[in-house]
Amino acid sequence: MLLSGDDWAAIWLTAKLAALTTVILLILATPLAWWLARSQSLASKLIAAVVTLPLVLPPTVLGFYLLLALGSQGPIGQLTQALGLGLLPFTFGGLLLASLIYSLPFAVQPLQQAFQAIGAGPLEAAATLRASPRDTFFSVVLPLARPGLLTAAVMSFAHTVGEFGVVLMIGGNIPHETRLISVQLYDRVEALEYAQAHWLAGGLLLFSFLVLLAVQLLNRRRSAA
Amino acid sequence: MSLQADIQLALPGFQLDAHFSLPAQGVSVLFGPSGAGKSTLLRCLAGLEQGVRGRLQFGTQCWLDSAQGRCLPAHQRSIGMVFQDARLFPHLDVRANLAFGYQRTPAAARRLAWDQIVDLLDLGPLLARRSSTLSGGERQRVAIGRALLTSPELLLLDEPLAALDLVRKQEILPLLSRLQQELTLPLVYITHALDEVSRLADHLLLLAEGKLLAQGGLSEVLSRTDLPAWLDEELGVVLETELQEELAEYQLLRLGFAGGQLLVPAGSPTSTRRRRVRILARDVSLALQADAAVSILNRLPAVVQAIRPANHPAHVLVQLTLGASQLLARITRYSCATLQLQPGMPVWAQIKSVALL
Repeated sequence: MLLSGDDWAAIWLTAKLAALTTVILLILATPLAWWLARSQSLASKLIAAVVTLPLVLPPTVLGFYLLLALGSQGPIGQLTQALGLGLLPFTFGGLLLASLIYSLPFAVQPLQQAFQAIGAGPLEAAATLRASPRDTFFSVVLPLARPGLLTAAVMSFAHTVGEFGVVLMIGGNIPHETRLISVQLYDRVEALEYAQAHWLAGGLLLFSFLVLLAVQLLNRRRSAA
Repeated sequence: MSLQADIQLALPGFQLDAHFSLPAQGVSVLFGPSGAGKSTLLRCLAGLEQGVRGRLQFGTQCWLDSAQGRCLPAHQRSIGMVFQDARLFPHLDVRANLAFGYQRTPAAARRLAWDQIVDLLDLGPLLARRSSTLSGGERQRVAIGRALLTSPELLLLDEPLAALDLVRKQEILPLLSRLQQELTLPLVYITHALDEVSRLADHLLLLAEGKLLAQGGLSEVLSRTDLPAWLDEELGVVLETELQEELAEYQLLRLGFAGGQLLVPAGSPTSTRRRRVRILARDVSLALQADAAVSILNRLPAVVQAIRPANHPAHVLVQLTLGASQLLARITRYSCATLQLQPGMPVWAQIKSVALL
């Protein structure tokens, strides 16, 4: 077998992190994207800019500030210590928090665009058909935004799988706790173990390709329907 | 239930200010040029506009009282709304579109039954179709059915025929007329083509630049002579007539009304004996003598009641009485002077054209 137990542990940890990140992000990003899509206020523009920051920031910058904030002197670190949670850096929890922030724009943006594309028409029609705003959100908005939800989920998952800079900064390299595929790959290359590196890198390449292909096919099927 | 409205809405570059009441039954038509604020007014009634000020009272229900800070949200108002663009839900088939409002109406409040509406609008064959595969006319039929299935107490229609061709219009119009007769549901109908609905309309609201110019019975409003220029071509009267005789050989109908008889080319066959006709002021000319040797079919004795200036300075509007009915004639000021027309004078009204509605 070309992949060692360490490799499989990294793959499993990566899948767990990406799946958790995706689920939590969809729950958090959906209301956030809905608000950003509907609100005209200055506050919403400010929040939209903050949410988009991880798209343009070098991941190491984000990781550095997160490390400071989560550390024993940082505000979040002091809070987690006061709550008896200990310190988050170099734990799976810290990695999850960092992933949520890092992948947030990849969930928010497709959702926001999908919500904006729906327009006021169906919402007004639903209101005249006795649906409350909450009812309308679940029975009209979410079904109509389905392609956006799908894209958001796929992008969040794939993006989390591929993260490296933030992981190194906040997670380090602890087997079974914070050592993800990308870090494991780096280790293999450092140790000149190119065969294993190929399996990991090729696997990620194939995975990313398949994900993007799936999104393309799903979108095509929808536009044909 | 009647609707009492006194509402104001300020939008960028537009101010709506309307004070009116609508009768508890029949068809009220909201008429005016584009940009008059017809849709905005309808949206205020439906509760779809934010920042509306004033009062809206529908029967015993208070929909809006901005002084009390009260505004009933759209989904709690007992209205049905049909949009110009149908707005069917693309993710649902026709059956689910129809069921959307029906399911959200408490069973006790369902005055209109599913089967009744499906039959009335002939929706049975469409139920399994996806809304994206429907034609324009079919979409509007589904939209009307969907709105009716919430058992509204007032149905608002925002130019539901505007996007349809003539054939489709003629498919929907009789449905609206049946709907009105069978369901005894008050309708508010927006149009910029008065011909389209004058056979349905009972009550007319004239709107221009966000202001209500006139309101009242259809004939009463349209025979007014103080209306603005854009309405000049629409001025006339609407008469309720009864079929007296069919002249099959000439394909004509003899219609009687309170004030005389009219001969009208036979239209599409209907079973009703009561027919509504519209006579435009521009189609009525006046003569002092009964000259039999003219091709005009309808010549009726009338009495001049009043003479008012028309919008074009070359024209005047002459109000005439025929028995219990009224007629409006638009003639040139020159003819008026030549004939020396005065109130109280007997004349012959020559009617060039009568539209059977």
